Amino acid sequence: MIENLFPNVDWTKMWEATVETLYMTTVSTILTFVIGLALGVLLFLSGPGQLWSNKLVNIISGAFVNIFRSIPFIILIILLIPFTKFLLGTMRGPDAAMPALIIGAAPFYARMVLIALQEIDKGVIEASKSMGAKTRTIIFKVLLPESMPALVSGITVTAIALVGYTAMAGIIGAGGLGTLAYLDGFQRSREDVTLVATITILIIVFIIQFIGDFAVRKFDKR
Amino acid sequence: MIHLTDINKRFGEGPGSISAVENVSLEIADGEIFGVIGYSGAGKSTLIRLLNGLEMPTSGSVKIGSLEISAIKGKELREARQKVSMIFQHFNLLWSRTVRENIAFPLEIAGVGKVEREKKVAELIEVVGLSGRENAYPSELSGGQKQRVGIARALANDPEVLLCDEATSALDPETTDSILDLLTGINERLGLTIVLITHEMHVIRKICHRVAVMEAGNVVEMGDVLDVFQSPKEAITKRFVSQVTEPIEAKQAMAHIKEEFPSGTLIKLVFVGEKTEQPVLASLIRKFTVDVNIVQGNISHTHGGAYGTLILQLLGDSAIIEEAIHYLHENDVQTEVIGND
Repeated sequence: MIENLFPNVDWTKMWEATVETLYMTTVSTILTFVIGLALGVLLFLSGPGQLWSNKLVNIISGAFVNIFRSIPFIILIILLIPFTKFLLGTMRGPDAAMPALIIGAAPFYARMVLIALQEIDKGVIEASKSMGAKTRTIIFKVLLPESMPALVSGITVTAIALVGYTAMAGIIGAGGLGTLAYLDGFQRSREDVTLVATITILIIVFIIQFIGDFAVRKFDKR
Repeated sequence: MIHLTDINKRFGEGPGSISAVENVSLEIADGEIFGVIGYSGAGKSTLIRLLNGLEMPTSGSVKIGSLEISAIKGKELREARQKVSMIFQHFNLLWSRTVRENIAFPLEIAGVGKVEREKKVAELIEVVGLSGRENAYPSELSGGQKQRVGIARALANDPEVLLCDEATSALDPETTDSILDLLTGINERLGLTIVLITHEMHVIRKICHRVAVMEAGNVVEMGDVLDVFQSPKEAITKRFVSQVTEPIEAKQAMAHIKEEFPSGTLIKLVFVGEKTEQPVLASLIRKFTVDVNIVQGNISHTHGGAYGTLILQLLGDSAIIEEAIHYLHENDVQTEVIGND
């Protein structure tokens, strides 16, 4: 029955492509979370009136975030080809997509981290200072736990954007469902392949959204 | 205990700078409850933040015990802050932590071990009367309960000084009283010095030993609470005192009685200490042929003793009224003619 509906779909290849997409999304989401969080915290703490208030650091990190957030992803991939080749020796395969995915998504996430941290009541930070807390304690025991729901919903949005990015990266040969849909589906006019790849991507997105929403509810004690 | 010497605090630099505190010098004794009252913008929030180094003075020195808060920083200041703790108007609890975990937070900061920490937290929950609510999150608590968590948290590292930043301003009158009772109890039991800032004279009246009145960055009046209530000198102090002694209903009653008897003389009597118990009014009526309307009266209890006010309208011959007022003065009752028009 399924063979009749999608005559051209090679299920083994489809499964391999799905695994590649999941691999790229998972690894890049984890690295984006770490780098974006660090960048967002730096942006926040170097802001005016904050604990590490420093105009130069704030301007530089702010400019970095704004520039890389603004470059369209498909152009960023092309711009980063020499960098990726230098780093990994190749520009094909899932690993070669990583630098572009992370550099594209981390600044985007850093901006969301900044917004999340700015939502925290200043009084709570003042109270922590009044108890004699070190900056490190304030970051790990106040800023991050208090903004956790926003940080989690932010990484959910970012992870979903990353699924989209992996598909775009697929067009230049990163592998995964994007490559499959483009080379096997579009270029060989097998609409059923494109359709199944699309449905698979949609399922991945729904699962990410479901996990994200669940985690936000669990963390939110307000 | 606390010595402030020639404190000035300016925010910003150059012509655009704002002076928040000007030439303030004051001393607060060990175990005292000291109140600072002023309207918003008077500089009292800045003043209290100088005491734990959240703000540093532009000039002058802040000493707590033998430690000069205004001269230390880094680790030394952080350790000093564990002995000068603070509670806040909006409680400033961590919503991501339960009651128990919120109270444990300052102990974590101080590096207290887990077993010790749990023991101390259990004790504190008992002290502030939150037994049974240990595992609740702040969002599940009422305002009064949140402030109790704030107080427990502030007491965790056995401080010597407790700073209260408008600690009852977000609470309803009944809850305010229960929190003030808790603070008084802590002061008496632990011998803790308490410095509080407020814009409510009621708070000063109920628990403070001494009070400083602030206006535009200056301390304009300071003294024992009873003395200040009895004979406020500055206009602003009189306004604050009248918050307690002349509630809005009294003003309405005065307006009403003036309409009814336009010819009468309104006087305000102030009784202090034992005078509040003597039947001065009865003897006044017996001695002089005047009619007396009682407009409003109340007795407030302060730390230093009772303090009463009575607003009367006297009707009768103006010469006799004059004599009657003279009689009251002779009997050590402060008498003031108000709005004789």
